[in-house]
Amino acid sequence: MSSGAPPEGAAPKSWTVALRERAVAALPPEKLLADEQPSYVSSWIYVFGVLSLASLGVIIASGMILALKGPGWWHFTGVGHFFNSVHLWSVELFFFVMVIHLWGKYLMAAWRGGRVRTWVTGAVAFLVAIPCTLTGYVSQQNFDAQWISTQAKDSMNAAGVGSFFNLTNFGQMYSYHVLLLPLAVVGLVVAHVLLVRKHGVVPPFELPGPAPEPVASNRPAVDAEASS
Amino acid sequence: MKRRERRARENEAARQWNGGYRPYDLVREFAIATGVVLVLTVVLAIVFSSPDDPPSTIKQWSRSDPVDFVTTAVSELDGSSTTAGYGPPYNHNGEGQQIWFVHLQKWLGVSHPIDTAKDFVLAPLSAITGQPALPGAVSAYRSAGAKQQAAWTTAYGSALGKATVAAGDSISIPAGSYGPLATMMPSLLSFAQGGGLDGALLTSRQFYQTDYTKPLLFMADGGVLASRAKAQHLLGTQWGMMNETGSYPGQVWLWLYTFWYQIKPFSTSPNADILVLAVMGVLTLAFVLVPLLPGISDLPRRIPIYKLIWRDHYRSL
Repeated sequence: MSSGAPPEGAAPKSWTVALRERAVAALPPEKLLADEQPSYVSSWIYVFGVLSLASLGVIIASGMILALKGPGWWHFTGVGHFFNSVHLWSVELFFFVMVIHLWGKYLMAAWRGGRVRTWVTGAVAFLVAIPCTLTGYVSQQNFDAQWISTQAKDSMNAAGVGSFFNLTNFGQMYSYHVLLLPLAVVGLVVAHVLLVRKHGVVPPFELPGPAPEPVASNRPAVDAEASS
Repeated sequence: MKRRERRARENEAARQWNGGYRPYDLVREFAIATGVVLVLTVVLAIVFSSPDDPPSTIKQWSRSDPVDFVTTAVSELDGSSTTAGYGPPYNHNGEGQQIWFVHLQKWLGVSHPIDTAKDFVLAPLSAITGQPALPGAVSAYRSAGAKQQAAWTTAYGSALGKATVAAGDSISIPAGSYGPLATMMPSLLSFAQGGGLDGALLTSRQFYQTDYTKPLLFMADGGVLASRAKAQHLLGTQWGMMNETGSYPGQVWLWLYTFWYQIKPFSTSPNADILVLAVMGVLTLAFVLVPLLPGISDLPRRIPIYKLIWRDHYRSL
């Protein structure tokens, strides 16, 4: 009998149960939605992570309103132009706070302690957000779209990407902008946040010199799960 | 202690926090952050709005600068325009860009075939009705040999240097041996000025259209887009890749990408795009793999900004 077979008389574990058990073991609810955090998390730099998430939320909400009314709406209505402006400025804010968040995490060497995947997912999310924005610019149906698409096409063509990522094809770019690339960004951000919840925020560097007495924990010991 | 050992020890020490915890409301923090971002974006939207310069059209271009329009059309006809000699993915008339022995542009082939003479000039002219002399002129041009065609287009192209704009935005050129072009080009100009060419270049195999490749490439071969872009500081030499119309921040996150185009050898290379992409590819990979790069990953320990970030923690020790 193979070692993986269920005990005699026991029902075989379904895929659903196995997935649930694995998910709960990796990220129990009290860790996913924690109501406490390490005492060292006490700086304004930590705010920029959640501000990035909030900006992404506003980008998606304003983008959904623009998508509901169609790509031409915002050009000839005041309300539409307002929502386009909200969309634009939430993107600018998103990149602004995300860059500060990234620098903060770099200066904290936030990949220590088995958090490399957290850094990688965050960095790739930032990178995927760039073509997401580019496709937005070329989907605007105005002079910016004409100029940016005719200029940026040369880079895409030089890389051989132009055959399936044609910046002068409005229909294709609009599909990338409202579905494919946002899906990728959101997926990466979700993975990034789950990894943050799983491994926690990186502790401070130990200062040079003799190690100080550790501060006693005020909660039961947690399992050491931070392997990447 | 060796650097590798120190890194391993630091890495291990950071796996788990055994110190104190304090109460924290994750959902409340996210709600407040969303509120702050929402207020900020609404205020920015109300105060600064967003740019929306109307697009150029071929109709508008052919009316405002008919000489440039006809000059561009002749270059499409004789194969001297940028698009005509571009190479993949539009045609086989150029090699495309390369880096060392890597010819990605050529290898990926022609996916959006464009014959500029046929698609931008001859086919639209063939669709025009009500001009008895035009079908004969188009037929004469098509059936002429390459040498004869070149003689006509060269003569017409040279004459355009002395062209003047006449009444009704038509153009007047000195008399010469232009063959059928003397009939074709005024007809194309008139068709474009009536808005016909905008539609003709969009028409493909089906009713619904979303692909603007042909009209955009045609306009990009002329001066209409570039002159507007220059006035708006959007040219490549003006860091234009990251700018947008008006005084808006644009895609500032592309500053490093745009930077390479401003310096040699990129600014003068015919393979600038692929070279810049290669440099950015390496830098991008390094950015993603920062945690694994010796030196770069050690820097945060050497820069004392972490002491500022965790000052409350260090004070409490």
